Amino acid sequence: MGKGKAPEWLLPLALLMPAALFLTLFIAIPSVQALWLAFQTPGGSWSLEPFRRMVTDTRFLPALRNTILLIALIIPIQLVMALTMALIAQSRRRGAGFFLYLYAIPLAISELAAGLVWLAIFTERGYLNVILRGLGWIERPIVFLSYERPLGILLAVVVAEVWRATAIVMVTLVAGLQMILGEYWEAAEVFGANLLQKIRYVVLPLLRPSLQAALIIRTLFAFQTFAVVVALGGGVLPVLASEAYTWYVGANNPHVAAAYSLVILALSAVATGFYLYVLRVRPEEMGR
Amino acid sequence: MKGRAWIGSALWYMGAIALALWVLAPIYLIGLLAFSPRMAVYRWPRPLLPLEFSLETMRFFVSATGTLAATRNSVVVALLTMMLSLALGAPAGYALARFLFPGREAVRMGILMTRMFPMAILSIPLAVTFIRIGLYDTPWAVALVHTAMALPFVILITASVFVSIPRDLEEAAMTLGCSPLSAFLRISLPLALPGLAAAALFTFVISWNEVFAAAILTLRQRTLPALVITVLNESPLYFRFAGGFFMVAPALVILLIIRRFLFNLWGITSR
Repeated sequence: MGKGKAPEWLLPLALLMPAALFLTLFIAIPSVQALWLAFQTPGGSWSLEPFRRMVTDTRFLPALRNTILLIALIIPIQLVMALTMALIAQSRRRGAGFFLYLYAIPLAISELAAGLVWLAIFTERGYLNVILRGLGWIERPIVFLSYERPLGILLAVVVAEVWRATAIVMVTLVAGLQMILGEYWEAAEVFGANLLQKIRYVVLPLLRPSLQAALIIRTLFAFQTFAVVVALGGGVLPVLASEAYTWYVGANNPHVAAAYSLVILALSAVATGFYLYVLRVRPEEMGR
Repeated sequence: MKGRAWIGSALWYMGAIALALWVLAPIYLIGLLAFSPRMAVYRWPRPLLPLEFSLETMRFFVSATGTLAATRNSVVVALLTMMLSLALGAPAGYALARFLFPGREAVRMGILMTRMFPMAILSIPLAVTFIRIGLYDTPWAVALVHTAMALPFVILITASVFVSIPRDLEEAAMTLGCSPLSAFLRISLPLALPGLAAAALFTFVISWNEVFAAAILTLRQRTLPALVITVLNESPLYFRFAGGFFMVAPALVILLIIRRFLFNLWGITSR
C-alpha cells in the first residue's frame, strides 16, 4: 500500500466496471427508452396517446385488478406455508434436512411449467376430477377452467403460484431462521412459551429482515405474473404482464406495451417502498 | 410429558409429509401423463398409477415441428447467459467481497434496485433496438436480456462465495512469494470453484425457465418456453403436458446437483 492511494480503489473499480456497464446498457437505458416509447405515437411525436389507449382499453382495469388480486391472495398464503415449511425443516428431528430439499424442489420449476402441471390437474378430465370421482363424490367431470368463470381460473392460478413460488419465500426465511432458532428459541422454551407464542414473540420479530426480503422479491415477481396465467387461462384472465405481451406481439404496438411495463415498474416501486417502510429494520436491531 | 412429546412428533411428521406430498404429487402427475399414451389424457375415468407406460406422448412432443431446434436454442441461450453472467459477475462479486471502497454500500443497493425493473421494461425497448441493429430473433438477443436479469444474482452469489473464503489464505500465499494474481488463481479460485459452479448452474436454470423476454425477442429462433407458450392455444393437451414435463426435468436434475449450495447462496442474495 506504499504507492499512494490510487491503487486501493482502482482495482475494485476495474472489477466492478464491466458489470456496471452491462447493467447500464441493458437495464438503465432500456428503462429510459421505455419511458420514451410510452410517451410517443408510432409516428414519433410526443403524446399521451399510448397511455390513453391503455387506460381506455376494456382489459386494462381487469388486468390491474387481477394482478393486485392475485398478489393479495397468493402472498399471505405463501408466507404462512413458507414459514411452516421453514420451521419444519429447521427443527432437529430426524429427516428435517431431507424435507428441506423436498420443499425447495419447485425453485427449479418455471411459471410456464407450473401452469402446465396444474392444467393437468384442473382441466376437465384432469386429475382433480379423476380423484373426486375415485372418492365417489362426482359422476361427471366438473369444468373448473371455463371462459364463463374467470374466478375458477383465478383460483387455479393462485394454487399453481402458491405451489411453485412458496419455495422462494421458504429459502429466504430458512436463511434468517438459522440465526434465530438456536439460543432464542431455547430461551423461550425455558420460559415456558408454547409454539404459537414462540412464533409470535420470538420468530416473527427477529425474522423481520428476512420477511422483508422475501416479501419484496415475491411481490416484484408477482407483478410480472404471465406464463402461468396464459397456461391456465389462455387469455381469458388478463394481467398486466400478459397485456404488455399481447400489445407488443399481438397488436404490434410497443408504445402501449411500454406504457404497461411502466405501470408494472411503478407498482413494483410502490410495493418495495411500502415493505421497506412497514418492515423497516432499525440499526440497533441489526443482528450482524 | 412423554406422551405429549410423542404426539408432537407424530404431528410434526404428519405435517412434514403432507407438505412433501403437496410439493411432489403434481410433479408425479405430470410425469404420469408424459409417459402415458397420448389418448390417456382424454380417458375418463383413469388410474392414478402408472399402469400403461408409453413413450408415445414424449415422442410426439420431441418430434413436433420446432421442438428440437427450440431445445437447442434454449441450451445455447442458457450457456451464453451462464458464461456472460459469470464473466461479468464474478469479478464484481470478488470486488464486493474483498475490498472496502467508497460507495460500496451504494453499489450493493444499486444491485438490489435492479430487481425492481420488470422483464417487460427491458425486453420491449430492447426488442425495438435489436430490430434496428439486426440482433432481433437471435440467441444472443435473448442471452443478453437473460444476463441482465441474472447478473445481479450472480454478483451477490459470487460475493457470498468469496466472503466465505478466508482472506488470510491469500495473504499467507503472498507472504510466501505469490503475486496477488497468482494467490487468487492458486488459492481463492480453487476454493471458490464449487460455489461458482453452483452459481453458474443456477444461472442456467434461470435462463432455461425464462419465457417473457424469450417470447418477445424471437420469432423463428424460439427457445423452448417461447415455443411452448406461443403454440399453447393451438396444441393438444398431451403436447402441453409433455412440454411441461420436458421443461421441468432438466431443471430438477440441476437443482439436485446444486442442492447443497442452495440455501447458503439464496439466503445471502436475498438480503
